[in-house]
Amino acid sequence: MANMNMLQAINSAMDVMLERNPDVLVFGQDAGYFGGVFRATEGLQHKHGLHRCFDAPIAELGIVAAAIGMAAQGLRPCVEIQFADYIYPGYDQIVSEAARLRYRSAGDFFAPLTVRSPYGGGIFGGQTHSQSPEAIFTHVAGIKTVIPSTPYDAKGLLISCIEDDDPVVFFEPKRIYNGPFDGRLDKPVETWAKHAASQVPDGYYTVPLGKAATIREGKDLTIIAYGTMVHVSMAAVEMAGVDAEVIDLRTLVPLDIEAIYTSVRKTGRCVIVHEATGTSGYGGEILSLIQENCFHHLESAIERVTGFDTPYPHAFEWDYFVGPGRVADAIRRVMAD
Amino acid sequence: MLIAGQSGDQLLTKPEQLDGSATSATAQNKRPASRLHVPQPPHRENGETSFGNPKLSPAGATRKPDVASKAVDLRDMAFELVRVLDDDGKALGPWNPGLSPDQLREGLRKMLLLRVFDDRMHKGQRQGKTSFYMQATGEEAITVAQTMALRRDDMCFPTYRCQGILITRDYPLVDMMNQIYSNAKDPLKGHQLPILYSARDYGFFSASGNVGTQICQSVGWAMGCAYRGTDSIAAGWIGEGSTAEGDFHNALVFASVYRAPVILNVVNNQWAISSNKCFSGVGDSTFASRAIGFDMPGIKVDANDFLATYAVTQWAAERARKGLGATLIELYTYRAGAHSTSDDPTRYRPAKEVWPLGDPVDRLTKHLKAMGEWSDERNAALIEELTAQVRTAQKESEAIGTLGQSKPSVSVMFDDVYKEPDWRLRQQRQSLGV
Ligand SMILES: Cc1ncc(C[n+]2csc(CCOP(=O)(O)OP(=O)(O)O)c2C)c(N)n1
Repeated sequence: MANMNMLQAINSAMDVMLERNPDVLVFGQDAGYFGGVFRATEGLQHKHGLHRCFDAPIAELGIVAAAIGMAAQGLRPCVEIQFADYIYPGYDQIVSEAARLRYRSAGDFFAPLTVRSPYGGGIFGGQTHSQSPEAIFTHVAGIKTVIPSTPYDAKGLLISCIEDDDPVVFFEPKRIYNGPFDGRLDKPVETWAKHAASQVPDGYYTVPLGKAATIREGKDLTIIAYGTMVHVSMAAVEMAGVDAEVIDLRTLVPLDIEAIYTSVRKTGRCVIVHEATGTSGYGGEILSLIQENCFHHLESAIERVTGFDTPYPHAFEWDYFVGPGRVADAIRRVMAD
Repeated sequence: MLIAGQSGDQLLTKPEQLDGSATSATAQNKRPASRLHVPQPPHRENGETSFGNPKLSPAGATRKPDVASKAVDLRDMAFELVRVLDDDGKALGPWNPGLSPDQLREGLRKMLLLRVFDDRMHKGQRQGKTSFYMQATGEEAITVAQTMALRRDDMCFPTYRCQGILITRDYPLVDMMNQIYSNAKDPLKGHQLPILYSARDYGFFSASGNVGTQICQSVGWAMGCAYRGTDSIAAGWIGEGSTAEGDFHNALVFASVYRAPVILNVVNNQWAISSNKCFSGVGDSTFASRAIGFDMPGIKVDANDFLATYAVTQWAAERARKGLGATLIELYTYRAGAHSTSDDPTRYRPAKEVWPLGDPVDRLTKHLKAMGEWSDERNAALIEELTAQVRTAQKESEAIGTLGQSKPSVSVMFDDVYKEPDWRLRQQRQSLGV
């Protein structure tokens, strides 16, 4: 066991997998010698060698395409896209190729690759370092989408992704790389050290894909979130003073639908929180599923708290960012109904 | 922006009126405005049938460099045209691969089989037996010669016009037809459009249908071969029209950076549906020369010349296998047929456009005859034999059914999205009662 922040946990996941499986290799822009702009791959090239962890050209299409070619051969590439905001040049390869290879070849070929990418706001990154594009991946048949919210989950989930036989997009909420930021700007900066989920095994373990985590049990309402918004939601629960059940999805596809139904059927009320723009966001999907399957258990309308439908702004970071105040307001409305 | 034909045209000054040095206000007023250039092919449907004057090196004239040459010393190759067979069917010069008569006859057999197969399937589509078909007419030497020059364990990343790879590797014709008909025995379970085969055991990667997307994957596969320390290699194909995609540039970057053991093949058949190659931005340059800036050999070959195509591929494969990296081959040819069964080329190009480099099957036949290794009688007998072979396969496949008459069980529609279906797919399958 060691105390790790989320970056160290992600680094450790790749380290463990490079050690365990010679088919695993890691590459991305600045990911080799330098160890990545966020240092997620720090030391891996030095420890495992130039061929196991290396730099890639500034060509996201090529990074994904090369990884598909390797993965189809039986290797398990884990590639880094420097920011989720730069994943679009590789989007066609993920959507038209990686996602469909197994289907169109009827299982003759498949591509077990993992695409890691830091995503989300809260770092004054403006529109080129803050986006949350998960819904354009969850919309696509054939890929899995995973978003951790703690160091423990990050390592265990990433190992599961690398071992998974389907292509996975693994979005890392970069605002909580170093600490469980909950959106309360007046609070002193907190590191992971005091958080229970910063206790991470040094070696191999997995957190299964497709399993949500109940972060807090409660009976008043269900809050569904992932990534940074899990921590924001916990702060909002405190501010609103309610006995909420907080569910961290961890995997968006495949979705742990039973965890959602069980909780909503118990509480009868629900708030869904994500950073991404609201329109066609993943929250809409969850809301529809609940409406279709738990309608008779609902005591009030479901609310979504999401990013506004603007590009991610710079000066208005904290006006735009989904903070605990907005979530608490939604909680109060849903409880008042 | 001025567009040809708009009234702004008369404001333009002819370039010859300028003396480039003038800087006075009046001279500046006379500066020719830049005009949007929209390229046009040399001839359209009512135009001449001659193909203009492509630069053709004489057969046997192009040097054959050592495979270990540095790319910088090979730049001239990108602007020559490697040719072996002359007009009389004689094999000339250093690129003659010296194939045995048996090997040459095998090449001819596979090209003819491909041609007969294409013809039957094209007609089959016309008879309503399937939705879609694409022929490789006039381009048969490419896949057949190249596949023969590769090893069976080399992975091929095909375009939709690379069915000749499967035919050369003796993939069962019945399985190809079952795929084309999307019938109950379709090896791809009805998941994929006709002709976009997949055959891992035959070194044939699942064909995409999105043009260009697979060329950089072939580089990734090759990087994997090198990473694992094997001496198998990869080969990728892309049409000249599709080289305009970013995928092609990315493939060159990755192949160059990682010195991947891959052969990147640009099939320059002059046309991309109705778009002439002029829309790929090649101008008076060559596709082979795209390699030069990446410090990679680029070789342009007469791809209607079976021997030259074989030799150039063999050269590139040897170079790759020796760890000397990638080669870009421009396969200079002509799409003799329509783009696909959905296309009518008489609406955009001369109906009888004459390709100056002839037909690949005729040229190899002539060569074998010139060697005294072939005759009209043997040729007729071979065509009869191959036609019977294709017809037998077709009977077998059509006994299972053509499109609409027979299909895999609807339940397999939900297979292979993921390794294991999740609850959505299970529910959706149940909702259909299958
Ligand atoms: C990404 C993408 N864009 C457009 C198309 C539609 N399309 C299919 S074939 C084709 C022409 C390709 O021409 P070329 O690459 O020269 O190959 P050829 O058909 O001549 O062999 C086009 C535009 C496609 N399949 N994929």
